[in-house]
Amino acid sequence: MSAVTPAWVERLPTRILGWLKAFGKFWYRFIIGDDWTVAATVAVALVVTWLLHTASVEAWWLPPLAAVAVVGVSLRRVGR
Amino acid sequence: MSWPPNGWRVGVGCSSTETVCRRTRPEGVVVTPSSVFVTTFLAAAVEVIEMVIIVVGVGTVRGWRSTWLGSIAGLAVLVVLVLGFGTALTLVPIGALRLVVGALLLVFGLQWLKKGIRRVSVNGFRGMGTRTASADGIPDQGVDWTAFVLAFKGVLLEGLEITLIVISFGATAQAIPIAALGALVALVVVGGAGLLARGVVERIPRSALQLLVGTLLSSFGTFWAVEGLGVDWPGGDAAILALVAWYVLAAAGYIGLLRAGRLVAQEAR
Repeated sequence: MSAVTPAWVERLPTRILGWLKAFGKFWYRFIIGDDWTVAATVAVALVVTWLLHTASVEAWWLPPLAAVAVVGVSLRRVGR
Repeated sequence: MSWPPNGWRVGVGCSSTETVCRRTRPEGVVVTPSSVFVTTFLAAAVEVIEMVIIVVGVGTVRGWRSTWLGSIAGLAVLVVLVLGFGTALTLVPIGALRLVVGALLLVFGLQWLKKGIRRVSVNGFRGMGTRTASADGIPDQGVDWTAFVLAFKGVLLEGLEITLIVISFGATAQAIPIAALGALVALVVVGGAGLLARGVVERIPRSALQLLVGTLLSSFGTFWAVEGLGVDWPGGDAAILALVAWYVLAAAGYIGLLRAGRLVAQEAR
């Protein structure tokens, strides 16, 4: 007696793969957008802020400064 | 080097440099039922204002359906967490949550800020009242996950902070029901005011609104991410206003540069 696999079970891996792709694509667009350097700069700025903080150096000013700087660079870069 | 940062450890005792405790247990406050109510009302109101700004801003720019869905989902998760964990919620590493949510809001807010700068530099403050869904990449049908996620995160994080305020202050003063009432009244009053302000916000020209919401998301994102690292802002919550002013000034400067042709602008969609 051979077990018949329902069609929806056969389609499941493809569907899951589709959902995972859509999920990954959403977060890529959400975080990276049209210029990956913005997210990278924010990440680096936060790491450096934490390192400075652990060395007892005031560092709250770094992320806002880095954010504004990278927006300027990105406006120029993406605009070219 | 210490990891995780001090701000990540939360507890009712609050022996570490924990923000919620500093906010909600000011020295010299006589603990009476009315002082518990007023303190939790004011502390919660600050958080509700942040929540409402995010929800109203996102809803106006991206559309309301998905924003409401995200808000309701965030509220539902919060209710489940409160019912499931009760006072054990104080063990949630709120600092880590602030860092993650703040960093995500910051990178997304900067994208909107950039778009807003480009559009205003090219079109000026135009586009009042008309939202072209396709131009903004907003799906005509189904859920707009961007709006959903932004609203969800805003409501969940702020709701969690309000819960921690209630638990921290209420437990310390042995008056959790009164503290919860203070927070609930803040939610109703400030939330209601936010809903009333919706109409006014929707009258703001679209290009300006995107710039404004990008500014606000970037400001809150920066504030939370840095706070999540355990770094104290000078002036506490008032630093948010300084951050908004900083990003507004930066945006105005870049718009000026783009208009003067000093930066090369991509054609705004």
